[in-house]
Amino acid sequence: MLGSLDARIPAGSLDSKWTDHKFSMRLVNPNNKRRFDIIVVGSGLAGASAAASLGELGYRVKVLTYHDSPRRAHSIAAQGGINAAKNYQNDGDSVYRLFYDTIKGGDYRAREANVYRLAEVSVDIIDQATAQGVPFAREYGGLLDNRSFGGAQVSRTFYARGQTGQQLLLGAYSALMRQVAAGTVELHTRSEMLELVMHDGRAVGVVTRDLITGEIVSHSAHAVVLATGGYGNVYFLSTNAKMCNVTAAWRAHRQGALFANPCYTQIHPTCIPASDDFQSKLTLMSESLRNDGRIWVPLTHDDGREPDEIPDADRDYFLERKYPAFGNLVPRDVASRNAKTVVDEGRGVGPLRNGVYLDFSGAMTRDGEAMIRAKYGNLFDMYERITGEDPYRVPMRIYPATHYTMGGLWVDYELMSNVPGLFVLGEANFSDHGANRLGASALMQGLADGYFILPYTIGNYLSDFLGDPALATSEPAFAGAEQAVADEVSRWLSIGGTRSVDHYHRELGKLVWDYIGMARNKTGLEKALSEIPALREEYHRNVRVLGSADTLNQSLEKAGRVADLFELAELMARDALTREESCGGHFREEHQTEEGEAMRDDDNFTHVAAWEWNGEDTPQTRHREELEFENVELTQRSYK
Amino acid sequence: MSSEINLTLKVWRQPGPLAEGQFVTYEASGISTDASFLEMLDIVNERLIDMGDEPIVFESDCREGICGTCGLMINGQAHGPQKGTATCQLHMRSFSDGDHIVIEPWRATSFPVLRDLAVDRRAMDAIIAAGGYISVNTGAAPDANLTPVPKETADTAFDAAACIGCGACVAACPNSAAQLFTAAKVQHLNLLPQGQAQRWARTEAMVETMEEFFGSCTNHGECEEACPKEIPIDFIAWTNRDYIKAKVKNRKLAG
Repeated sequence: MLGSLDARIPAGSLDSKWTDHKFSMRLVNPNNKRRFDIIVVGSGLAGASAAASLGELGYRVKVLTYHDSPRRAHSIAAQGGINAAKNYQNDGDSVYRLFYDTIKGGDYRAREANVYRLAEVSVDIIDQATAQGVPFAREYGGLLDNRSFGGAQVSRTFYARGQTGQQLLLGAYSALMRQVAAGTVELHTRSEMLELVMHDGRAVGVVTRDLITGEIVSHSAHAVVLATGGYGNVYFLSTNAKMCNVTAAWRAHRQGALFANPCYTQIHPTCIPASDDFQSKLTLMSESLRNDGRIWVPLTHDDGREPDEIPDADRDYFLERKYPAFGNLVPRDVASRNAKTVVDEGRGVGPLRNGVYLDFSGAMTRDGEAMIRAKYGNLFDMYERITGEDPYRVPMRIYPATHYTMGGLWVDYELMSNVPGLFVLGEANFSDHGANRLGASALMQGLADGYFILPYTIGNYLSDFLGDPALATSEPAFAGAEQAVADEVSRWLSIGGTRSVDHYHRELGKLVWDYIGMARNKTGLEKALSEIPALREEYHRNVRVLGSADTLNQSLEKAGRVADLFELAELMARDALTREESCGGHFREEHQTEEGEAMRDDDNFTHVAAWEWNGEDTPQTRHREELEFENVELTQRSYK
Repeated sequence: MSSEINLTLKVWRQPGPLAEGQFVTYEASGISTDASFLEMLDIVNERLIDMGDEPIVFESDCREGICGTCGLMINGQAHGPQKGTATCQLHMRSFSDGDHIVIEPWRATSFPVLRDLAVDRRAMDAIIAAGGYISVNTGAAPDANLTPVPKETADTAFDAAACIGCGACVAACPNSAAQLFTAAKVQHLNLLPQGQAQRWARTEAMVETMEEFFGSCTNHGECEEACPKEIPIDFIAWTNRDYIKAKVKNRKLAG
């Protein structure tokens, strides 16, 4: 039914596409803007910035979030920084260089035109955020400071201590609340989107459930914008917040929106390992620690000695050994995979033998404890708070954890999905990071989409509907969607099984981590494709959801989210199995060089895989969007 | 090293916003001292579900101390006994075998209980909507380096901006004032050059909106003690100063 996927990339040279396209897109005049209703689901960087900007333009905007306040969205937890091609450091940065680094970092699996536009608008984001009062780090002369980050040889990362995401989100949230006060944005908190409403093949609204009262509500609009984040919680243990989920995107997928590259997930190498079966989430420790810490494990299996009793001769500094040039500073995916290898060999450390040491004793001897304290004091404190161990005396223990998901709903150049009227922003879409995201690029993409891209492109879609009112919520399309939500709610409450939602989420997470984690192979993926549906079947038969529908019921909320994660997990396995190559965060053990490095297959896989829903019992159909590289030459990465 | 402890919990249970609430006692046995406080509650909830009882409703999200979603009164202290630590970052090694722990929701009339330990904090959003922003439309910003900001100023503004909006200051305050929350946002913006244009309008509007919903500050200082981000009470003094000035300046401008 779908032809080959057309991303509708404008013609012209790379550096003029966006400028030309902005001029060629149709506009909606100010009087008409106030006749258009737009729903924005999600209030993180992408959602809040989009809603605020659309409100300023005069559209009638409705923001829906399941949080108690828009400020809680998980963008708030981003630590490191935000990239922008300002070249304030005079070190040779440019829009083209940021574009190039991002394409290369994504292992040549992202769209050139999108990434170039991202780099172009990155500079405007810094201006906008600064004007809002975001307190970026400054130098003594009062100008903005920068630092370097992985995958780049220039200093282009703007930061606000270790809380850049928090400060950028509070900036976007304040702009949003200003529009709420101005009456252009209507804010609905504790409202979870559970259905996308379709009419005549277009997205015309959503149905939500009020998480306090259980009320099922229809919301109608001329366009729906999803900015609902990523799906890292499919692993159960991840650095994502507890409530992060795929439900909004997945319900749109079930209505026809294509889901692209679900197997592209990013594992961050420096997280605190799980300490026990009750572990509820994992905490990231900044990647910057690898600048001074040395990573090692004992040479022999099950070495029971304390780390300070193990002499150098009995230690394996495995990254330094395998990658003498980059050592402990190899990229995220390489560091993660090697940690997994040594732990799988039985050389892991800590009570559960599930970590590797990150050792600062050498750096402290070299630079003194005071210097290390000045650089990393807050991180060391956080580590001690969580583990109860003093990293100034005992080496830290770290292990990789899921951190970000590059895959998401397929969108075209204008950030519209294949469903007309459905736009997708930020981590929820698939567009700009290819198979691997560079550090400090997630905040950039979320805000680029929300502040500077969607406000232009949405007008191009809406201008077709001048004078048309939004579909009335009394129409059958809404009644049907409301009924589907009501049926789902009562189904969960009537199962009366024996195990909790969290129990099944944890079990699912183990399968996904084992088979679709840092390294994948055909046998494991095939196992995933039989074990995940079996567990899902048990889940639907045996989950225990207590309580009622008309109160705050957290088990009920989670039940639907976990059901969607089950379906997503199966698609991840199928996508990973079909992509017979290794690229970025997707490492297929069958496709590696003799040295164990990722090996792409550019002849057969330089494309986006976008999956079409065919119903619950039929596997999705795989569509392709071919990626054309006209400006960048494809090369193999090496860090020896 | 981790060990296992046995605890007795007295937890506030309230079926809904209008329902009567009461303390219910639970034995929490065999809890690892490596568990976080919220993971301890997760364990208790799993056991409740196994027994067919509805789990205790409490809110959390990032569990890294930055989103501000969590917040419990633990033995009468907002966020519990560890200074500068949100509930989600508190670990059970702060407790001993045999301890009795009283767990309540934030206590403030402006934070009505929704269920069990979850409260409605929308009044804080109303304070931000009243003026907690710099009015700059998307696309209208000048180059970020056009206006230098002294590093000390930017750092102090950041100290205020670090507020996570959890509401512990309100819960800890004998008057249920949201003065520290309000002052942190007012001063974050009032300190910066970008925030000067709306300084006086912002201060008046935010302080008065705060007074609409919350109690008044009488300088107890409990808020600073409870704040998981250790935001200093100095910001309240500066805001009081700005508020008096604002009343004069705003009247002049109107007159």
